[in-house]
Amino acid sequence: MFDLDSWREIFQSINKNKLRTILSGFTISFAILLFTLLFGIVNGLQNFFTQAFVDDANNSMFVRVWKTTKPYKGLQSGRRIKLRNKDLDYIVDNYSDKIQYISARKYLSAQVVYKNNQDNYNIRAVHPDHRYLEKTIIDEGRFINQLDLNQNNKVIVIGRLVKKDLFGERVALGKYVNVNNISYKIVGVFSDEGGDREERNIYMPITTAQKLYGNNDFIDNILIGYNPRLTIDRALSFGNGLERDLKQRLDIHPDDQSALFISNMAEANKGVGQLTTALFFIVIFVGSGTLIAGIIGISNIMIFSIKERTKEFGIRKALGAKPVSIIGMVVKESLLITGLAGYLGLLLGTFILDQIGDGLEKYFIYNPSVSTGIVVGATIILILAGLLAGYLPAKRAAQIKPIVALRAD
Amino acid sequence: MIRIEGLHKSYPIGKESLHVLKGLDLHIKEGEFVSIMGSSGSGKSTLLNIVGLLDSHDVGNYYLNGQLIQNLNEKKAAVLRNKFLGFVFQSFNLISYKTAVENVALPLYYKGMGRKERLKIAQEYLEKVELGPWANHLPNELSGGQKQRVAIARALVTKPKVILADEPTGALDSKTTDSVMDLLKGINDEGMTVFVITHEEDVAEQTNRIVRLKDGVIISDEYTKKHDLKKVY
Repeated sequence: MFDLDSWREIFQSINKNKLRTILSGFTISFAILLFTLLFGIVNGLQNFFTQAFVDDANNSMFVRVWKTTKPYKGLQSGRRIKLRNKDLDYIVDNYSDKIQYISARKYLSAQVVYKNNQDNYNIRAVHPDHRYLEKTIIDEGRFINQLDLNQNNKVIVIGRLVKKDLFGERVALGKYVNVNNISYKIVGVFSDEGGDREERNIYMPITTAQKLYGNNDFIDNILIGYNPRLTIDRALSFGNGLERDLKQRLDIHPDDQSALFISNMAEANKGVGQLTTALFFIVIFVGSGTLIAGIIGISNIMIFSIKERTKEFGIRKALGAKPVSIIGMVVKESLLITGLAGYLGLLLGTFILDQIGDGLEKYFIYNPSVSTGIVVGATIILILAGLLAGYLPAKRAAQIKPIVALRAD
Repeated sequence: MIRIEGLHKSYPIGKESLHVLKGLDLHIKEGEFVSIMGSSGSGKSTLLNIVGLLDSHDVGNYYLNGQLIQNLNEKKAAVLRNKFLGFVFQSFNLISYKTAVENVALPLYYKGMGRKERLKIAQEYLEKVELGPWANHLPNELSGGQKQRVAIARALVTKPKVILADEPTGALDSKTTDSVMDLLKGINDEGMTVFVITHEEDVAEQTNRIVRLKDGVIISDEYTKKHDLKKVY
């Protein structure tokens, strides 16, 4: 229902009271501006913490082994612990319901040659699931698959920077390179958000590596992605239980942290979760404080403005204005001012956040921004408050007998 | 047109109550030009406010245009005021940020008339009170007499049955008083009921009927010579 005439009345009244309009508009703009900046900066903090853990999947567990430091069951300390394929199979068999992904990892270092270009690279021999555990992004071709494992295929997936080193701008996919004098086919090129170091890696099938380099079934680490449906506490107890089990299997003293250690992302998640929760409550507290201050500001101005106009309302009523038209006039005016001013504050806030960009990264604030939903929500709250702030006193003013209103000065 | 029977009105003042109107009976027929005389405190403004539906009465019956006025909410009162009544106040009560023509057009806005049409009609009424050239002036650019003529034009614009004037000349000098009274007489001659409140004898004498109020009761109600003259014609 758009009534041009009633808006004309409102524009006339706004025009007549510029100072009042500017003041109430300023209150709202400022409240929304502060709200936007606050939320943006906290979002920036959260972005920073998320960024810090972005390299690996955030439900990952890492099983590492080294030398024993405690004698156990008649075995001396200083014994080198080795994981084998059967240990990985054991985990799969016993914990299948708690595992989303699992992959072995075996490290190799090799000279890779393509035509006249050559360099040394780290090679990771892995299972297909490794792609998800490391959040590997496939740019071209594919990752290692189960068929490669079954057939011991001589295939590799190279990092973006490996491709750049060896091939420059030329096509790498489908080409053959020599890795320690064995010819491998490049089946994929990947990138990784973990940074340059990650993109200088090369992946090959674990079975191929075990057959060609040592002909054994040793593996260096096991990476596990725990079932994301597990709560953080249950993921932690899964990690602890698995550590106990593996130590028993490999004849390691239960307290020997050097021989076998599982780093569990759930612990980090728990810390980040707590921090995020704390930040969230701080933001809710301060943000709602800002909004309440804005709302009180609008209410004050509206109450004052309506008091000032009581006589005008009396005249209008004597001329035949119904109470509802008086209320409508005030509420629409309030709506217009809060809406425009709120939008202005929002624009200014997002503009400032945009300008900050990565400028505050050294203060742990990364890419501060606000979700449109939150800001629109805040603006709607302020507009509703403005409506209410206009409605309540206007309703009272509209109910005053015109003779009383006319006497007002 | 206006019939009042046994009208009482009190105002609470603290714990006490001030009895302002003490049982008024008054019948004003269509087309009359009536003045209510009385000193301040006699209850004449209260009477006008009740007749104008700006205030409510306590006891008694009030019929406006044959319709009994009771249990009126603000919305119904607003509709009746807009339809039947036109107000002229002592202090003009023009809206300061609207031009003369916009002030005159305002009652038509509340009638729901379109902008072009109501501005056209408002302009006609301004011409009628000889203020055509001042149509786009704001009230504070007009003299007292001009403001009152704008207010009269505003009261007339909806073609009401009754014009209620509360001390219409109270803020004016004698020369402009005459021109305003001439205007009201002219309106009455066209058949509209005009109801004037005043404490000036000169003003009252120009009407056809004078009702004198004292301490909330009517002490006299008589037709003037003008009324007799009118009858002759």
